Amino acid sequence: MATTTDDLPARHSLGKSMKRKEDPRFIRGKGRYLDDIVLPHMLYLALVHSPYPHARIKSIDKSKALALPGVKAVITGEDLDAAKLEWLPTFHGYDKQMVLAFGKALYQYQEVAGVVATSREIASDGAELVEVEYEPLDPLVTPFQAREDKIILRDDRESKTNHIYHWEVGDKAKAEGELDGSAVRIKERILSPRCHPAPLEPCGVLADMNKATGRLTVYMTSQAPHVHRTAFSLVTGIPEDKIHVISPDVGGGFGNKVPVYPGYVVATVASVIIGVPVKWVESRTENLTTTGFARDYHMDVEIGATKEGKVTALKVSTVADHGAFDAAADPRKYPAGMFGIVTGSYDFPTAFAEVDAYFTNKAPGGIAYRCSFRVTEASFAIERGMDILARKLDMDPVELRRRNFIKKEQFPYPSPLGFVYDSGDYEATTQKALDIIGYDELRKEQAEKRKSGELMGIGVSTFTEIVGAGPGKHFDILGIKMFDSAEIRIHPTGSGIVRAGTRHQGQGHETTWAQIVAEELGLDPQELLVEEGDTDTAPYGLGTYASRSTPVAGGALALAARRIREKGKKIAAHLLEASENDVEWKDYKFNLKGVPGKSVTMKEVAFAAYTNPPPDSEPGLEATYYYDPPNLTFPNGSYIAVVDVDRETGAVIVRRFLAVDDCGVVINPMIVEGQIHGGLTEGFAMAFMQEIAFDESGNNLNTNFTEYLVPTALETPHWETANTVTPSPHHPIGAKGVGESPNVGSPQAFVNAVMDALAPLGITHIDMPLTREKVWRAIRDAEAKVS
Amino acid sequence: MASHEFRTDRVEVAFTVNGKPVGLAVDPRATLLDTLRDELGLTGTKKGCDHGQCGACTVHVNGRRVNSCLSFAATHEGAAIDTIEGLGTPDNLHPMQRAFVELDGYQCGYCTPGQIMSAVALLAEPCGESDAEVAECMSGNVCRCGAYQNIVAAIQSVRKENAT
Repeated sequence: MATTTDDLPARHSLGKSMKRKEDPRFIRGKGRYLDDIVLPHMLYLALVHSPYPHARIKSIDKSKALALPGVKAVITGEDLDAAKLEWLPTFHGYDKQMVLAFGKALYQYQEVAGVVATSREIASDGAELVEVEYEPLDPLVTPFQAREDKIILRDDRESKTNHIYHWEVGDKAKAEGELDGSAVRIKERILSPRCHPAPLEPCGVLADMNKATGRLTVYMTSQAPHVHRTAFSLVTGIPEDKIHVISPDVGGGFGNKVPVYPGYVVATVASVIIGVPVKWVESRTENLTTTGFARDYHMDVEIGATKEGKVTALKVSTVADHGAFDAAADPRKYPAGMFGIVTGSYDFPTAFAEVDAYFTNKAPGGIAYRCSFRVTEASFAIERGMDILARKLDMDPVELRRRNFIKKEQFPYPSPLGFVYDSGDYEATTQKALDIIGYDELRKEQAEKRKSGELMGIGVSTFTEIVGAGPGKHFDILGIKMFDSAEIRIHPTGSGIVRAGTRHQGQGHETTWAQIVAEELGLDPQELLVEEGDTDTAPYGLGTYASRSTPVAGGALALAARRIREKGKKIAAHLLEASENDVEWKDYKFNLKGVPGKSVTMKEVAFAAYTNPPPDSEPGLEATYYYDPPNLTFPNGSYIAVVDVDRETGAVIVRRFLAVDDCGVVINPMIVEGQIHGGLTEGFAMAFMQEIAFDESGNNLNTNFTEYLVPTALETPHWETANTVTPSPHHPIGAKGVGESPNVGSPQAFVNAVMDALAPLGITHIDMPLTREKVWRAIRDAEAKVS
Repeated sequence: MASHEFRTDRVEVAFTVNGKPVGLAVDPRATLLDTLRDELGLTGTKKGCDHGQCGACTVHVNGRRVNSCLSFAATHEGAAIDTIEGLGTPDNLHPMQRAFVELDGYQCGYCTPGQIMSAVALLAEPCGESDAEVAECMSGNVCRCGAYQNIVAAIQSVRKENAT
């Protein structure tokens, strides 16, 4: 089934590296991002933050701030409490979050008050003049401290415990029984550390309450504008028709722009009260300290196997740190997201996974950072676990994987944790990776180097992702089914406008959506305008995150286009003076069967739809489709990292990195390649650099880009890429989604490579990020043990 | 009583922006970045961190690249300031803009003006020939979409073009 891209039939618009329609504005500084929007008489909001991770708020004195010329309002949690706006719901609906702290501050940098003023500078000056008296309390810095329930964080909740939920899937007794009976067994605690997506454009809002019309327009950095409109309506009580959300150009999201943040609510409340537009754009420090973090999963991974390396059972027990509120934006029935993908690409006869989540004095979040709800954590756990098992068995890690791959004839494959994998050919994808990188040669080179004490490592990751939520019967956000939508209008002259419920943030939808529709209709993709992000015009959709745009909205686009084709066929029959049964769509036009050369194009059909429609038919040519996918899609990949570790300094050089991806049918290879580069860069960052860490007192240690290290051109490795194509059998165009695969699949390839390099020293595992210091310490400790 | 005092007086400054003379009375604390964006409406230059750590605000001052978020507008009396808006027109793109399109040197577009301004200034700097040296010379410009490989390729293609 797997083929290379070269083997696919020639297409009209799909599979082509069309240049981006976004190019002309983005390369000239003409993008229109949130902070570029200026409205007459608008005011600015600045927030006051708690310096303590846990403290009682004894008093707030606004008077000095209010006395500053230019300050129009100071808003506190008590003010919001009086207006019954003190809480906002979190997205999966099991918890709520304080808009502004009242009573207690629950994490360092928590929003305590808002100052609205005539300029950015005056608002900031005013924020400094708000005097807050705190009584510091002992903080809970780790979920293991929280688990003891000696300090209870949330007074507002009925249950007096820091335990948020227990979630489990699979057969615990059977998995444990199999593990006990296994000839070989490994167990390792593996941390997926807290990190932050940190898109380069910070989050922001410009709320504009028009008191004359009673209509609230909210410009916001939003990956899900329709859901945000619904959420705003639910929080404020303003009818949904009176709310207009516009998500303008978005400067990167990576999951960070899915939730609703306190700043959005305070700016909106201020605009509603004062009646003029109010803008809030967070600082980088606010972004890193208060908005959606990711990961923070402590995972105990156990795998059992036979001596021959056939896996028998998997058990993963996770302690999750959710911060002060449970603001993980997971689908309602899946508090631990898609963590059930933890069996990966392997045919486990039995498996069990459980997650226990706790409140701590840290910022809330747990959002999916460039992954489909906890898939990055799950994928890291299984791919690290397989490597640790391979070492215990003294077996090549690729060989171990191959002995356990789900075989291509096993698809659709029901996993022991409840998902039905749609398709894949893991053996073919892996073989391609091994051939390109020259795996056997690398192993020979490594054996030579080990003789002289050099630390060279080869790491593999043969991962399977799970993306494209819905189906709606299983997945919802705030009760709204996770479908997505498309609307296509073809104009009389054969150009058109395409709208979708998604909102791109660099994924190039303006180009790829046009390619999907053009492929279905035989039209020129350059003449199809794509519009997203305006809730007044776009059909309702759930937005862009979790690699769901192509799997869900991409399906809606193709099916809406096919509705246009259905109507077009009637018009074509009318034009060809034939019965509809005698007309067929072939070679991107309507042909009269059996009469070569007798055909009409979609462009001709479009003109006729307005000028010469069939008698007694409805004129015009447009269609809408709300697509609820029958299943998720399961992109996969085989990645190989080659590293050299400096024994003296702990420095890791990534010598080569190859990613062979299978994301099904490719819409635009150039854009897919860019997405893969980006995901690999972020995976590299997680493996080696990015972490939001806290000291024992609960102080955030990574509050700007000199402390929270993001990769630059200097340290980012050179990426080699290739692909195989195993089309999704249920997706209308066979696509699977790709934006997150490289981020999900790569961290473990890097870590496996470094651990492989350190194997001669007996080092099994080091938690990410693998900073030079951590690697150096591990080498030093290992050498001390030997000598 | 008041522990804080804030200056509200303004200072006058004159410079050129994209070749056009500009005279302004600015808050002495106003950065060049905020002045370009808020006073002059030139929003192509972006704010990513406001601490000189990301490069999204890169502009040219007298031909050299600077982080405009770390520079007070009032200190640029008589300077020639160039921003992305002055670089190329749709019909006549700067070769660096063309190369960013040809080699797909961006995704979300937010860091792109800073990357391009940085890359254009680099052409006049004593940067080594290799990809690694170009990557180092560009290490002040963060791209969270991770388009670095293509950004370096775009710069190298323009340098190659200029060398012939």
